[in-house]
Amino acid sequence: MNNQAREAFLGPLINNNPVTLQVLGICSALAVTTSLVPALLMGAALTSVATLGNVSVSLIRHHIPGNIRIIIQITIISSLVIIVDQILRAYAYETSRQLSVFVGLIITNCIVLARTEGFAMNNGVGLSFLDGLGNGLGYSLILVIVASIRELLGAGTLMGIAILPLVSEDGWFYTNGLMLMAPSGFFIIGLLIWLIQSWIKPQPVHTVVHVHDLAGSEAS
Amino acid sequence: MQQKNIMPESSYSAHGRKDSVTNTVTVALLVSLVCSVLVSTTAVVLKPKHLENRLFYGGYRNILELVETIQQGTDVENMLRQMDVRLADLATGEYVENMDASQFDQHEAAKDPNLGVPVPEELDIANIGRRARYTTVYLVKENSRIKHIILPVHGAGMWSTLYGYIALEADGNTIAGLKFHEHGETPGLGAKIDDPAWLSQWRGKGVYENGVPVIKVARGKAPPGSRHEVDGLSGATLTGQGVTNLIQYWLGEHGFRPYLERFHNRRE
Repeated sequence: MNNQAREAFLGPLINNNPVTLQVLGICSALAVTTSLVPALLMGAALTSVATLGNVSVSLIRHHIPGNIRIIIQITIISSLVIIVDQILRAYAYETSRQLSVFVGLIITNCIVLARTEGFAMNNGVGLSFLDGLGNGLGYSLILVIVASIRELLGAGTLMGIAILPLVSEDGWFYTNGLMLMAPSGFFIIGLLIWLIQSWIKPQPVHTVVHVHDLAGSEAS
Repeated sequence: MQQKNIMPESSYSAHGRKDSVTNTVTVALLVSLVCSVLVSTTAVVLKPKHLENRLFYGGYRNILELVETIQQGTDVENMLRQMDVRLADLATGEYVENMDASQFDQHEAAKDPNLGVPVPEELDIANIGRRARYTTVYLVKENSRIKHIILPVHGAGMWSTLYGYIALEADGNTIAGLKFHEHGETPGLGAKIDDPAWLSQWRGKGVYENGVPVIKVARGKAPPGSRHEVDGLSGATLTGQGVTNLIQYWLGEHGFRPYLERFHNRRE
């Protein structure tokens, strides 16, 4: 793996994480993280859409006319989302019902469009594949961390398996109802953003500007 | 078009061939075509699976699970053969013989001017507005004797309409199970109506006192040994109230009460 490829794949996992550094995709990150199973499924759904979206856009990037490029990307992304949603409904019915509208809303998830527009339009298929995969996994990573914390403290379980014995079942653990509501998602993601940004000191702000730069320069 | 192909890769110049009207239209058409073929293929290929899921999870399996334990490997089909699906006329309590119960959708029927009736406002505690004249009832048999009656119920919760089934013992009074298969209540609060521990409290409770449904969700803990109350859900008072209302409506005089009375008489 050369440097460019490594950066495209590993960068978005931590150093340039789409959720904690670019602060994208927050809505679904709040909504589907009350427990781990839906968060994993949502991560998988977004990762496949981001990867396939990047690959398809990169494949036809020389033919996409500049003035309809966004709508072409959205068409591709929404088709992929519908396909993923249909597959989930067929093979993971129960969990897909918990995810309700949020799989469909991947269409409007900024991460996916930011990658197709910001990366796949200008890079080869291989690199775009790695970039989509990396960003999807970066998003999933945050989802899994947040969902683990929320499910463990909110319900005393992980993946539905009891970890902390509940008071209602003669244990010692009081569940924290706040963890199951949206505000706790804000708190935890906020703390994660703080933690990751202070951990990778060198110019986190620069990274954010970088993304806007890409989008801006291409719009001109 | 006259610009020739002198543009470097990844340039966004507005004068390139790829920005010509012809190319714009062609690319737009091709992309839409490919995408729509992919989407419709997936939809067609997965359709049988979707239908199966809807029937299995939303339908009969849910109903049967109220009174039977279904595990991996349980012969659900055989159990379903033990279940009689009938249509009952709510006003008279008689069975409707000239319609196919398995094809009947009571929520569609409620909207139909001939098949639905408005619920009088003073009786509409479940806040449903209209209901169908007929509803499906499920009779679970054991050795050809009816063991359980399972009735569909629905009504307003806090945010959403709750759809569920209530199972009664053959005496038409004792609850054998309760389950909601569709609702949009707050996860962690109102959605606790899905909690198996809470739902299991309903089992064995009595519905009627002097012919009036008095079963209800208490505020806070139910008095110990209570025959007609189950514990309230903390943080979900309104959802609990909704559950009380919809059960009292559906088992009341405007709901299944006439049917249950007829059922009782038929057995004697």
